[in-house]
Amino acid sequence: MKKLINKAENVVKEELEGISMAYPDTIKVHFDPNFIYRADAPVKNKVSLISGGGSGHEPMHGSFVGLGMLDAACPGDIFTSPTPDQMLEATKMVATDKGVLYIIKNYSGDVMNFKMAADMAHDAGIKVDAIIIDDDVAVKDSLYTEGRRGVGTTPIAEHILGAAAENGYSLQELVDLGRRVNINGRSLGMALTSCIVPAHGKPTFELGPDEIEIGIGIHGEPGRKRMKIKSADEITELLALSIIEDDPYTRTITQWDGEKKKWVDVKVTDPPFKEGDEVLAFVNSMGGTPDIELLIIYRKLYKICKEKGIKIVRNLIGRYITSLEMQGCSITLVKMDNEMIKLWDAPVKTAGMRWGI
Amino acid sequence: MKRITKDDILMWLKATAKVLMENKNYLTDLDSPIGDADHGINMDRGFKKVMSILPSLDDKDISTILKTTGMSLVNTVGGASGPLYGTFFIEAGKAVVEKIYLSDDDLVSFIDCGLKGILNIGKARVGDKTMVDVIAPALEALKQAFANGKDTIEALHLMVDAAHKGMKDTIPMLAKRGRASYLGERSVGHQDPGATSSYLILRTAYETWDKKI
Repeated sequence: MKKLINKAENVVKEELEGISMAYPDTIKVHFDPNFIYRADAPVKNKVSLISGGGSGHEPMHGSFVGLGMLDAACPGDIFTSPTPDQMLEATKMVATDKGVLYIIKNYSGDVMNFKMAADMAHDAGIKVDAIIIDDDVAVKDSLYTEGRRGVGTTPIAEHILGAAAENGYSLQELVDLGRRVNINGRSLGMALTSCIVPAHGKPTFELGPDEIEIGIGIHGEPGRKRMKIKSADEITELLALSIIEDDPYTRTITQWDGEKKKWVDVKVTDPPFKEGDEVLAFVNSMGGTPDIELLIIYRKLYKICKEKGIKIVRNLIGRYITSLEMQGCSITLVKMDNEMIKLWDAPVKTAGMRWGI
Repeated sequence: MKRITKDDILMWLKATAKVLMENKNYLTDLDSPIGDADHGINMDRGFKKVMSILPSLDDKDISTILKTTGMSLVNTVGGASGPLYGTFFIEAGKAVVEKIYLSDDDLVSFIDCGLKGILNIGKARVGDKTMVDVIAPALEALKQAFANGKDTIEALHLMVDAAHKGMKDTIPMLAKRGRASYLGERSVGHQDPGATSSYLILRTAYETWDKKI
């Protein structure tokens, strides 16, 4: 293992020290329990947004804390979900009278820990609600798995919701908007190489020199299939068509019922893409793939969308949700409406995403 | 009938920390092909934290010791194992409030309530290739043994046998919950790491309390 680290067990701590030194006008870091929060928190008259997950996906979520995005982010160990004490302390730090929204990626650990934190926050008298992102079409079946994983739609939702919160949306309005973004977003990723978790020291999975994995998860979990490497155009077509032609997807999601004050299971169905849709197209690097390759991917994605009558109205290209140094990419399409486009264009000032300001 | 005292519970937790430390690499290696290669590391970190707070629990009752153990696992283990094992100990602790010692019936309701807590938040069923595949048959064996008039230690022995079988039974299973579920068919042929840690924890209870008699 060759990495620019000091000690494997200090990676997250030292990264947090680094981020606090790099962006002191935007964020602050709280240690033990660890969380990153807005330097001006709590921001009055605004719902506060909190996300979190395992570390190793930077810039998500820590570098998405700031105006127009998150109020706090809770980083776990590498690829391990954070714990409820982190989430509860972060909640207390940023909570306002308008409430707190948790943005949770659909992994069993993340969901369980955030639910426990939400229960504790409710006991402490803080108004908390949550949305779950589950957009990874690599997972076909929700009956015999944990369901679709939360991937590329997450940073898109974090900015749209962050901008909406800045514009005075209520907690319930943010929940409704967040669910709308989620059911309109679909993603699929692929890997050229594995990543190495520092504490483990070995590649998470083995890929032959001419092999790729389609449908890879952001922790190196396996996907749909392993195949021989193909050209960028062929891989883009495989990913894009899997997303565009994906059938309606029905699953049961656990939601907080504010009136009954308990978690309830609700069935939700994604509408598939169709001709005439306006989308945000997001081409993401898994960490080790350079911009030059992402642009080659975008070129083909643009052509495919055009042929399918799907209009790309906004795009995002770069490294936003990664899997350490893994080489590979993911494509996310989010069907946009006018409200979502307006919020996407709204100002954002974070270490990882910044415009309009 | 053996009475499980507060000291027995403390000895079990200490012994469990030692067993999980010794099996750290074994559990992590089991987690590599079907998970994310950190189960041993996370469980060891959690029980090291429990060890560090045990001295402050010396004068507390059984229920408080178990609930505090659960909360510290929730807050240090992370992933899915943190909430699952944390909930097991918290709910087990709630089942034995104000008990000075645990009778055979208390022992059954201790594991029963812990398991119900796991089922409630994890939503796994028997056969999904998880820790439930160890704890559920272990509980059944314990109940059966008491119903058949076995004494406490004999019953615990039968419980551990059932736990061991449950752990081995996860090998041919197709994972339906947790990160291994994304593997589909590729999860078949691997022993579940969470089932294995559950077996180790139950076995340690039997071994700790057997030696004391």
